[in-house]
Amino acid sequence: MSDFDPARRRLLTAGLVGASSLAVSGCDAFDMLSDRDNAVRNFIEGANGLTYRAQRILLGRDALAKEFTRADILQPQRPNGVTNPSDADYKALAAEDFKAYRLEVSGMVGARLSLSLDDLQAMPSRSQITRHDCVEGWSCIAEWSGVALSAVLERAKPAQSARFVVFNCFDTIERGLSGNIKYYESIDMMDAYHPQTILAYGLNRKVLPVSNGAPLRLRVERQLGYKMAKYVRSIELVDRLTPFGLGKGGYWEDRGYDWYAGI
Amino acid sequence: MQRQTHPASHRPLIYRQTIWTRLTHWIWAISLFFLLLTGLQIFNARPDLYLGQQSGFGFDNTVLSIRAVDSDSGPKGVTTIFGHDFDTTGFLGYSGGRARGFPAWATIPSGQDLATGRVVHFFFAWMLAGTLLVWLVAAILSGHLRRDIIPGGKDFRNLGRDIRDHARLRLHHTGRYNTLQKLSYFGVLIIGLPLMIATGLAMSPGMNAAIPFITDIFGGRQTARTIHFAVMLALVAFFVIHILMVLAAGPINELRSIVTGWYRTDPDEQSKGDKS
Repeated sequence: MSDFDPARRRLLTAGLVGASSLAVSGCDAFDMLSDRDNAVRNFIEGANGLTYRAQRILLGRDALAKEFTRADILQPQRPNGVTNPSDADYKALAAEDFKAYRLEVSGMVGARLSLSLDDLQAMPSRSQITRHDCVEGWSCIAEWSGVALSAVLERAKPAQSARFVVFNCFDTIERGLSGNIKYYESIDMMDAYHPQTILAYGLNRKVLPVSNGAPLRLRVERQLGYKMAKYVRSIELVDRLTPFGLGKGGYWEDRGYDWYAGI
Repeated sequence: MQRQTHPASHRPLIYRQTIWTRLTHWIWAISLFFLLLTGLQIFNARPDLYLGQQSGFGFDNTVLSIRAVDSDSGPKGVTTIFGHDFDTTGFLGYSGGRARGFPAWATIPSGQDLATGRVVHFFFAWMLAGTLLVWLVAAILSGHLRRDIIPGGKDFRNLGRDIRDHARLRLHHTGRYNTLQKLSYFGVLIIGLPLMIATGLAMSPGMNAAIPFITDIFGGRQTARTIHFAVMLALVAFFVIHILMVLAAGPINELRSIVTGWYRTDPDEQSKGDKS
């Protein structure tokens, strides 16, 4: 075996120095990954699709999120995001205990619906004690009651070609130069028909308070909190998400968060 | 030093690391670099750790909390571990003129950006888990795991001597891993990284529905998050010792073996190594 090659030694030393300077120079070296048009980021985002497909295979249609008992409810449900919408139409409805509230269901449906809270409460209800997992990392267990989204959809008779359910909300989450941005979210049909996917009007056996999304909020128990739109104004069935917001399927998705929030 | 008394030809180069060991080593090194720094980014979104299923807002189950507080001399970083406060200004809680858990130099991206942190974290999580799985199957089939990673009876009998040798930095360069190396690599590859993947999945609401016990065996989602953090600290400790040992054992020779596979052994050590 030949003796050690000095050229190779220099190469190795350069590599070592390069690697260590990377480590100490701080991590603004990778800040371009924050740019949502960055080619590397777009490639890396492909892993989200992998997660979505893998979890869809593992989860199947009906695997249920863990349900807890009332003994596990140790504290009020932590409100976050918008907790008191200042939108005039919302405040007018809230002032009258949402008596004039109507949930509008439209888009690719056989029958458009306009449902009052009484209509929704007359439909079969479901209660579930589940853990709310926030994308920030915290969790909170609470009891949610509401109407199964599948029951509402059955009345609306979605077209076969409908692929997503979009939730338009009352609350303005961002006031920008180009106008106010209202919260919105979307889920696929498999989650829409999941037995634990409900439009909740009750929290911990009381009427859903404004801070947690009154009069109606979505629960999608197999995903993170940001999917569970509060202050739901209307539901649209669609075959693509591009016409809404910046086209990524939700307020936070438009700001770089994964559309599939199962992890 | 023996190095001066023996010409290079008496310290034979042996082919020590296969292409698969070298390839997976560098894939894992790069993956763990990004996983660590994006993991700290994700942690910064809520720089508190709890025990159990949920986070205590109306009750106390916090084991670690990092935050900024106002003081007479301006903002301070405070880290609370099991109820004990530590002033960590400049590192944890408050750094670079901002309230933040870990400082900008320890996160990717450097600013607060949970969305990007998650995207990058999950990409490298797939990379790590995928290559670890392929490596594990191949290592079992090829005997690499049994031969080189799992410590045997002889390794444990040598443990005392091996610890003394390491403490005196009397490092042997043979074709085989010594006892402490086997224990560290076993700890990282067979315990640490799989535990990291399992606790990571235990935090996923989707996986909770698919495989509920994955969260239950760790005692809940928040405990899983705390364990995920603790194992991260253990892996960082491994990394620091790993680098120190490379420097102590001769960085050029060690780096060459993990880049090219070729390793220069001590005189008379090769035959000993071959017998073990």
